[in-house]
Amino acid sequence: MTNDPAKMSCAEFQAQLPELIGAGVDASAHPHIVNCELCRALLADLETIAEAARQLLPVVDPPEDLWSHIESAIKSEDGDTNSSLAKAAPTTN
Amino acid sequence: MPRSRYPSTPPEGTSPGVEVATPPPAPATNRVTFPRAASPDPAEADALARAQTGDHQAFAHLYSLHKRRIYSLCLRMVGNIAEAEDLTQEAFLQLHRKIATFRGDSAFSTWLHRLAINVVLMQLRKKGLSLISLDEAMEPVPEEGPGRSFGAPDLTLSGTIDRLALERAVADLPAGYRLIFILHDVEGYEHNEIASMLECSIGNSKSQLHKARLRLRDALRANSLPEAQS
Repeated sequence: MTNDPAKMSCAEFQAQLPELIGAGVDASAHPHIVNCELCRALLADLETIAEAARQLLPVVDPPEDLWSHIESAIKSEDGDTNSSLAKAAPTTN
Repeated sequence: MPRSRYPSTPPEGTSPGVEVATPPPAPATNRVTFPRAASPDPAEADALARAQTGDHQAFAHLYSLHKRRIYSLCLRMVGNIAEAEDLTQEAFLQLHRKIATFRGDSAFSTWLHRLAINVVLMQLRKKGLSLISLDEAMEPVPEEGPGRSFGAPDLTLSGTIDRLALERAVADLPAGYRLIFILHDVEGYEHNEIASMLECSIGNSKSQLHKARLRLRDALRANSLPEAQS
């Protein structure tokens, strides 16, 4: 184990990588990365994956009948508490 | 008949979930296009106000506005359609119970989103996620050591990732890894927020996210270069 970042092994650098990335440090400027093609490629891939994750925002609609199940459950609960959805429908604007 | 398999929790205070102190902190908003950071539109604000007084049609309107986001969140977090439907139902049932306690300290979409996450986390905890996946992820596993990700430069990703391939790879992640990845990289929560939600350390959150990305990298490389596996 070395204290000199430039002389780190790949294993030592990668052991620190979660903390470096998680702390928002620019890991691409790390002395080890500058001289290590493998770790540079790894870092680039991890950044690409994180960037691609933004493509995964909502795209899926629930099934059409889900609302009817929810509505039924709400009415059941309201019945249990002696309240009524029909009565509680003020439309003040 | 209601289809939820999950027991309900009593409405308490203004918190959307049982584990989170009130009010829930707003998640990270470092993505300028993130929907939950936007102010609710006037129609939503009107529906919200009416739903808080018990207007069923207004609540139905809120459901229509947020169903896609909540269902997608549940589906990605559990990776199972039937469970995602049940969890979506439970999230909106809890919303119905607690909507009157919403005071506008954060955006409604943020509050609802956090409520849904808590519903999912409760279910995952019941299935033993925190005792298995989170702890497991902290244990050094030989084949997942730092050296595992070494690879020849020609095996690196191209810089663009097919969305469907990524969806599949995320779905195949172990539950603990998937959870952290979804919360951080997709939903935009910070490690301190995730640590609070999952009752783990910030270091644990960072470590799991890193391992999740490493697994995704391996899966995506295998997917794009199948000949490399032979």
